[in-house]
Amino acid sequence: MSPSATATTLPTEPVTPAVTETEATIAEFTARGYDAGFVTDISTDTAPPGLREDTVRFISAKKNEPEWLLEYRLRAYRHFLTLAEPDWAHLNYDPIDLQDITFYSAPKLKEIKNIDDLTPEERADYDELIKTYEKLGVPLHERSKLSGVAVDAVFDSVSVVTTFKEQLGKVGVIFCPLSEAVENHPELVKQYLGSVVPHTDNYFSALNAAVFSDGSFVYIPKGVRCPMELSTYFRINAAKSGQFERTLIIAEEGSYVSYLEGCTAPMRDENQLHAAVVELIAMDDASIKYSTVQNWYPGDENGVGGIYNFVTKRGACRGKRSKISWTQVETGSAITWKYPSCILQGDDSVGEFYSVALSNNRQQADTGTKMVHIGANTRSTIVSKGISAGHGQQTYRGQVKMLKGAKGARNYTQCDSLLMGDTAIADTVPYIEVNNSSAQVEHEASTSKINDDQLFYLMQRGLSAEDAVNLIVNGFCKDVFRELPMEFAVEAQKLLEVSLEGAVG
Amino acid sequence: MLEIKNLKVKVGGKDILRGLTLDVPAGEVHAIMGPNGSGKSTLSYVLAGREGYDVTGGEVSFDGKDLLEMEADERAREGMFLAFQYPVEVPGVSNKVFLKHALNSIRKHRGQEELDAVGFLKLFRSKLKTVKMDKKLAGRELNSGFSGGEKKRNEILQMAMLEPKFAILDETDSGLDIDALKAVSDGVNALRDENRGMLVITHYQRLLDYIVPDRVHVLLDGRIVKSGGKELALELEERGYDWIRAEQGGAN
Ligand SMILES: Nc1ncnc2c1ncn2[C@@H]1O[C@H](COP(=O)(O)OP(=O)(O)OP(=O)(O)O)[C@@H](O)[C@H]1O
Ligand SMILES: [Mg+2]
Repeated sequence: MSPSATATTLPTEPVTPAVTETEATIAEFTARGYDAGFVTDISTDTAPPGLREDTVRFISAKKNEPEWLLEYRLRAYRHFLTLAEPDWAHLNYDPIDLQDITFYSAPKLKEIKNIDDLTPEERADYDELIKTYEKLGVPLHERSKLSGVAVDAVFDSVSVVTTFKEQLGKVGVIFCPLSEAVENHPELVKQYLGSVVPHTDNYFSALNAAVFSDGSFVYIPKGVRCPMELSTYFRINAAKSGQFERTLIIAEEGSYVSYLEGCTAPMRDENQLHAAVVELIAMDDASIKYSTVQNWYPGDENGVGGIYNFVTKRGACRGKRSKISWTQVETGSAITWKYPSCILQGDDSVGEFYSVALSNNRQQADTGTKMVHIGANTRSTIVSKGISAGHGQQTYRGQVKMLKGAKGARNYTQCDSLLMGDTAIADTVPYIEVNNSSAQVEHEASTSKINDDQLFYLMQRGLSAEDAVNLIVNGFCKDVFRELPMEFAVEAQKLLEVSLEGAVG
Repeated sequence: MLEIKNLKVKVGGKDILRGLTLDVPAGEVHAIMGPNGSGKSTLSYVLAGREGYDVTGGEVSFDGKDLLEMEADERAREGMFLAFQYPVEVPGVSNKVFLKHALNSIRKHRGQEELDAVGFLKLFRSKLKTVKMDKKLAGRELNSGFSGGEKKRNEILQMAMLEPKFAILDETDSGLDIDALKAVSDGVNALRDENRGMLVITHYQRLLDYIVPDRVHVLLDGRIVKSGGKELALELEERGYDWIRAEQGGAN
């Protein structure tokens, strides 16, 4: 399958998917709470399980990659072999058996020029895919009501649809699957890939650099304000597979982009690995806003199944007065290991991290951020809200580093934990390093518990126990929700409510 | 409307209410007075459905329904309202947002249409005037950092918004300045009508000059031991509770 075969723009003609016929073939696991837990039944092209040099070559060949990229992957693979899985995070899980994982799985569907030319079998798969995203509420039709958002839909290892590519192209914005960028814009990929998160950075970034599949590529040219929100929707579907996407966003001088990311996976009683790398680059006066609503399958109430989410996300504020803002709402995954960070290189550059992370039942999250202040007068803000319920375990891990040149740099960190019940755990692990005497670091932390008096008070006014909890949780998270684009904020609020079902009473 | 028969309640293994009987018909306002620790707040919490109270005997019927069978939120939706002696702070939650949720869950239960933002705000503003509450204060986080008197006023604002069938006011007058006392009383009096019952718990007969009760009861050691008209409150203020204790001792 060639890269271009995996990424297509939907025909603008409205397609009517065969809803009634496909309904029956989508295996629905109707468990309470997680409504993205279904499986899509389509033919796939899948690598044999396990990780060997062959696997790396297989993936590269599947994507018709140039020699330099294969070399890059192999270098990363060889380095990976020298590394051991990190164990410093407050996470307990059985070791991941990489030889048991499938590193590449893609729908067989070939390039769609005209849907009328599809064989009946391809047409069925096509309908299944469309149906899948419809069920997930992801708008793949450019005429849909969320027309202000362009979507790249990544299904297992490949991007299946990218919308609004042409319209964005008119203002010079490149928004496409990374594999397509390798083909069409190799010079940009070559220049920036691995420049923020090198393959040597950590165990999971080395693994990702060796076997990465599709993610999104975004390029905003100088002075352009991206006319719509860009988004990527990641879906894990195939059993026993891992997802290793890679996203690269470059904002040239004076440009602006807001990018959204959503993720879901079927409910299965096995654990599936998701190890992504995201790199952001902001030049002078450029601004990147990156929002995530992570809703990977969290496992059941006994901790069976769920996604292992090991992600390296980092943004480089290379330019003066550049700004990178991370907002994340992490409700899913059995394990979350994630520290979206900012390297504040340019003078007067700004880094922000707004996070809500929830662990219910047996979920574990070790998440936070790193703000590395290099340039003068750089500023960073960290607002972290951790919610722990059931037997959930939650660690905020954050590093603020002021290097020698960070004259007048400032950081403000606010780190709040909300506990529900007596078995939930919350921890805060701040690392602060200041090497410039004019730099200022301010850290505030709090831990609170939803207490029975509060619940009784709210219930005495007519709210159900669940509404009462939701009201308190939403209040707790509002400083973060406020940073999300409107549609996402509503979505995030609903997700939290669903994720906390059964956490009281 | 509210009929309490021989109610016995243990708290933390201790007998607090020991066979309390009280009947508040619709349209009447009754006052309860009694020394510290006699069980007044316990009674109000038990009626509101707070957990941790062990009802070991007796029954309570509210509007013909078995009150003790219902969860706290059901009781609230059925029209039972408690103005807390110590209103609870809920940081992070907006007073307005909370009230809108509360009002709509009650309206829904009554089969009324839920109010949208505009409808809610209109009602909210008019009730603010009734209880003379500052708009800024009312828009803050629920009771968070409110002064004692502000919290009490906020309780009355909530009562005015929710228009309950039955309201229990547990020492709502304590800690109020004269103007606040007046405003709170006006709020309560505005709600008095033939379908609504009220139970006003207080230590001071002064409040009863503003909210004139139909009956005054004395709660002593977990029982209503004396009832009378408004003049009983005056007598209590003059003479304290010892003479009643003595009467009781004599009766036993
Ligand atoms: N959780 C508890 N455990 C043990 N004793 C309790 C508990 N709660 C209340 N009590 C006791 O029950 C008795 C009645 O308390 P209550 O609060 O009902 O009194 P009150 O009449 O409202 O007094 P006040 O006028 O001071 O408000 C007191 O002796 C109190 O100490
Ligand atoms: Mg009391």
